Parts: sequence; structure tokens; C-alpha cells
Amino acid sequence: MSNRITLKLKEDKKLLSIYFTAGYPSLNDTVKIIEDLEKNGVDMIEIGLPFSDPLADGPTIQESSTAALKNGMTTEILFEQLRDIRKTVSIPLIIMGYFNPVLQYGVEAFCKKCQEIGIDGLILPDLPLDVYQDDYETIFKKYGLINVFLITPQTSNGRIDQIDSASDGFIYMVSSASVTGSKSGFGQEQENYFERIAKMNLKNPQIVGFGIKDEETFKQATKTAKGAIIGSAFIKHLTAYGTDKTNEFISLIR
Amino acid sequence: MNYNADEKGYYGEFGGAYIPEMLYPNVEELRQNYLKLMYEDSFQKEFNQLLKDYVGRPSPLYFAKRLSEKHGCKIYLKREDLNHTGAHKVNNTIGQILMAQKLGKTRIIAETGAGQHGVATATVCALMGMECIVYMGEIDIARQAPNVARMKMLGAEVRPAKSGSRTLKDATNEAIRDWINNPVDTHYIIGSAIGPHPYPDMVTRFQSVISEEIKWQLKEKEGRENPDYVVACIGGGSNAAGTYYHFLHEPEVGIIAVEAAGKGVNSGESAATSALGKVGIIHGCKTMLMQTIDGQITEPYSISAGLDYPGVGPMHSHLYKSGRAEFYSATDDEAMAAGLELSKLEGIIPAIETGHAFAIFEHKKFKKDDVVVISLSGRGDKDLNTYIDYFKLA
Ligand SMILES: Cc1ncc(COP(=O)(O)O)c(C=O)c1O
Repeated sequence: MSNRITLKLKEDKKLLSIYFTAGYPSLNDTVKIIEDLEKNGVDMIEIGLPFSDPLADGPTIQESSTAALKNGMTTEILFEQLRDIRKTVSIPLIIMGYFNPVLQYGVEAFCKKCQEIGIDGLILPDLPLDVYQDDYETIFKKYGLINVFLITPQTSNGRIDQIDSASDGFIYMVSSASVTGSKSGFGQEQENYFERIAKMNLKNPQIVGFGIKDEETFKQATKTAKGAIIGSAFIKHLTAYGTDKTNEFISLIR
Repeated sequence: MNYNADEKGYYGEFGGAYIPEMLYPNVEELRQNYLKLMYEDSFQKEFNQLLKDYVGRPSPLYFAKRLSEKHGCKIYLKREDLNHTGAHKVNNTIGQILMAQKLGKTRIIAETGAGQHGVATATVCALMGMECIVYMGEIDIARQAPNVARMKMLGAEVRPAKSGSRTLKDATNEAIRDWINNPVDTHYIIGSAIGPHPYPDMVTRFQSVISEEIKWQLKEKEGRENPDYVVACIGGGSNAAGTYYHFLHEPEVGIIAVEAAGKGVNSGESAATSALGKVGIIHGCKTMLMQTIDGQITEPYSISAGLDYPGVGPMHSHLYKSGRAEFYSATDDEAMAAGLELSKLEGIIPAIETGHAFAIFEHKKFKKDDVVVISLSGRGDKDLNTYIDYFKLA
């Protein structure tokens, strides 16, 4: 069977991907949030495995991670919650987190578990390209997992080419030099960056993340890119309105 | 065995650069340039001149007669406390501010625990006329008030870190986030031998002046360059790395590290990383780290803000794992008692961090002829409030 991410990327549409922190607002919201997102037409989901020290995240995701850990979320519990997820959900599911919890679980054990559940890919921002290639690529591949790398406006073209050839799904295009949740709206700098990347004709499609929060930013980001990822804005929505209003949030995007 | 960093920044299995892509351009720029820049003649000349005229180096190697009598061995104190700003931290900040200038950076950020590194950074920024922002945990801001005031006087902005344990670890997270948000004009002056490669190696090299001086100073006093032991306290491990550096490959020199046991290694309130840690990733490097079974970083505790860190630099993890160094830990009480003893016997009030190194005599018996060099990493002025409360001096 082909990886669900690969299949999804072939669809002739702009993709909406949503990030949420597992275990937030309440420990057992994970499955409901995933099911509701799919029902409301979301194309792909990033399930955040919370970490105590999320270096690349702004206050919104930090606070949701702290709350999730306080609620008792652990790697084991997340896997347990997701055990039957493929009975009800068919869109691609990605686990996004930091490398240390994966390392402690055991990278191979973690990947094996992901395959059993039906996870399609991983995003581990602090697992660098060279370490991945030297130590973990064969394991990820063995369990059918796509590893997603990030690029930023500061990433050199040479490095982007390297990342493109190491990727076999999509490239996570960080919209601006920032942690998650910190910028409001896109300016000329982003437009230039989006166009520069589009002109590179990379083999992997790009999905834009960081700073997408509404219809306007989603449209701007997906003018050239294949899709966009919303994180902090959705977490804020969960904080404000709980888990029953996912449809309202999605309807504001598209 | 090699105890220095290899080309990718590994000390044995420890080190490396586990950084998000957002930091890659900055860290890579530094990695490609740091050795070339720091060994240029003009850099070395300026660095050494500043260490001499501004910092006041060489720092004395002082034979502590009364302390030696008390503990039955020959104790020498490497007086980093006499440096300008009161600790070893300034050796590194002088080096890094020059590095930042060479790289064309105009804005400096730093993290600080005890405030010593923050003060040392604010100082060199004032010296060079650069903008300076120091991240400091809210709890540390409260317990190291004099240093907060000093940083402000020096023109730095002190930004409180309000997440997590609100101490050094969280201040470091905030500094890294700032660097992600300001990738072009900013240099991050890390204050210890921690972080992604090349930081541990770079900081170690700037601090290595400590052991370089010990060698010739000891030769003058004892007729030999190598002591029997070098002793240092370890937070992230920069004063220790500098004290050990030129002895790492001298097998006759015993290397001793003292960590902070807080209220006791098994009390649940401790920062004794080698005893309580497991291999993990913190602040961009693979090292020994206090964490839950799930890989969440745990909140350390020590009475001394500068040792209140859940990891140690990768060099020290390697020294520990390979058996090259002996690791001990001292409790709050032992460190405070050792600080009081040093004050009474030698007229030197040490920083509480430093007090941990002097608590070694509670844990290890030396022979009469042993020459033991202790890194007196900092002075106690910043800790007077804690000393007053603890010893009811007021
Ligand atoms: C006087 C003094 N000694 C030691 C330390 C611990 O740091 P390191 O282990 O990097 O030397 C500090 C940190 O603030 C300090 O101020």
C-alpha cells in the first residue's frame, strides 16, 4: 500500500493540514479532535506529541504542551488512544514532536508502533538531516514512515536541494524566521520567499506552516505551495471554544 | 582516548548539533568560522590583550596554607573570582563578543542562571557598544537581585523567562527562541560548555586559558606543570572544562567534578546530573540529562542558581562515561559549609556554585603530598542575601 501522504499529495487540490497538541484541552480529546477534523474536510493532521521544552514553539503551543503533560499525556498513552484510529479515520496522520521523547521510547520501537497504528509520517524539528541520514533513515523506511524536513527563508538554495533529495513526501516550509504563532499576516518578504521556492521546481511539494491563521493567510500561502498547516490558531480556538466547534473554525479557513 | 570534540562536535557518543532547521544557518556559520577566526593572529592578540588589561589576567594561583593544613594536602586556588565581574564567565564572553564582531553581528542575546554570565555578557556589550538582551528565569531574578541590577546598570535589558521551572533551562529556551526569531543580526553568547556544536568546543577553548595558566604557575611554585588533581564545580561545565582542558590528556592528573546534589541526590530536589541523568537531547546536544522515563526534561534544584541545570556539557558526559573523571555531588548544606570554611580560613567568600567544589573534602580524602588545584570560579558578593538567610547573619 502506498503511503497516505503520498496519495494525498497527488490530489488536485490545495491541502489544509491542522496541528493540535495531543492531550489538550483534556487528556482524552485526541480521537474526537482527529475525527472532527476529518469530518470537516481537513486533508491531513499533525498530532503533536507534547514536550517539556519545545524550543521552536511560541507561547500558544508551549502552553498547550505544558497543559497536556499536566493532564498526564505520555507517549504510551498517545499510542493507546490512537490504537483503533484507522477504523474511523482515513486521512494522513503525522506525529510531530521533539526528538528526545522518541529517543527515550527507542527510535525503532517508536517507528514500529507508528506503523501498527497507521501513522504515515513524522516531523521532528530537532532531528537534523545528517543525523537522520546516518542513523535513522533505514528504520523510518522499514516502517513505511515519511520523514518531513523543514526549510525557512534563511535556508540556502544548496541546503534546500539537499533536503529535497532527502525527502520523499513534502517539505515543510516555515513561512518566516520565527517560532510558531508569532507573526501576524504575510508581507512582501514572504511573497518573495514563496516565489523563490516555487521557481526552484523541487521534486517534493511544499506545505507552508507558521503564521497561517485564517482564509487570507491560507490563500496567500497556497498560491504557490501545495498546502498549508495551521497550528497555534487552532489551539487558540480550542482554548476559547472547546472541542465542539471544530466546524466553525474550519469554515473560517475555506 | 580523545577527550576533545571531533569535527562534528562529538565527545565519544555525546555532543553534536540537534537543532531545528531554523537555527541551522546561524549555527553552521559559526561552525565553519569559529576555529579559523579565533586562531587568527589579530583575534588572539586582541583577546589576550583584553584578558590582560580588562579582565586582569593572569588570575593568581594561590597556595591556601590554612585550608591545606586543615585537609592534609597541598591546595592551590585558581582565583577566577578575581577576574573583572567576579567569575570565570568573562573569559568566554570576551572571546564570543570578538567572534560576534568578526561575524558582523550587531545584537547580542544570552541566558543566565546566577546572573554571572549575564553580567559578563552585559559588560562586554557595554565595552563594545552592542545591544544586549539577557534572558533569566523569574525565580533566579528574585534570588540574584544584585546581578540583575548590575546588568541593568550596564545597559542590558533583562527579560524574565516565565515558562517551566523559571530557571536556567527555561532562560536558555527563551534565548534560543529569540535567536530563531532574529536569525540575521544576532549572536547568541551561550554561557556554558553546552548547546549545539560548536558551542561546547568554542566555550571550552575560550575558558582553556584557566588551565594554560595553571600549568606555568604551578611550574613556578612546585617545579612541575601537572598537579595530582584538578577540581571544579559543574553546572553546564564551563569553568570545569577550562580547568581540565590542558590536563585531559595527562593521565597522571586526576580530574574531579562536583555537581549540585541540592537537598540530596535521591531527595527529588537535586541537580546531580551524572547520578540522575540518562542520555538525551537538551538545548541542541546529546548529553546526560535529567528526564522522565518518557523523555520530558525534569526540573532540577540547587540552592545555587548557576548549578540549577538538568544537563551537563557533552565533554563532561564523556569524561564521566569513559571514567576519565571522578564525579561527586555536594548538597546545599555541604556547599554552604564549605563556603563558610573558605571564608574563615582563607578570607575568601566564594560564590555558592564554587562552594560545591570546596565540598570535595567531605567526599574524598587526599594524600599529604597531593597537589590539588581547585577552580575558585567566582566570588560570593552576588550570594550575600542567600548567605545571610542561610546563616542568619543579619
Ligand atoms: C561562580 C560560578 N561558578 C560556576 C558556575 C557554573 O557554570 P559552569 O559549570 O559553566 O562553570 C557559575 C554559573 O553561573 C558561576 O557563576
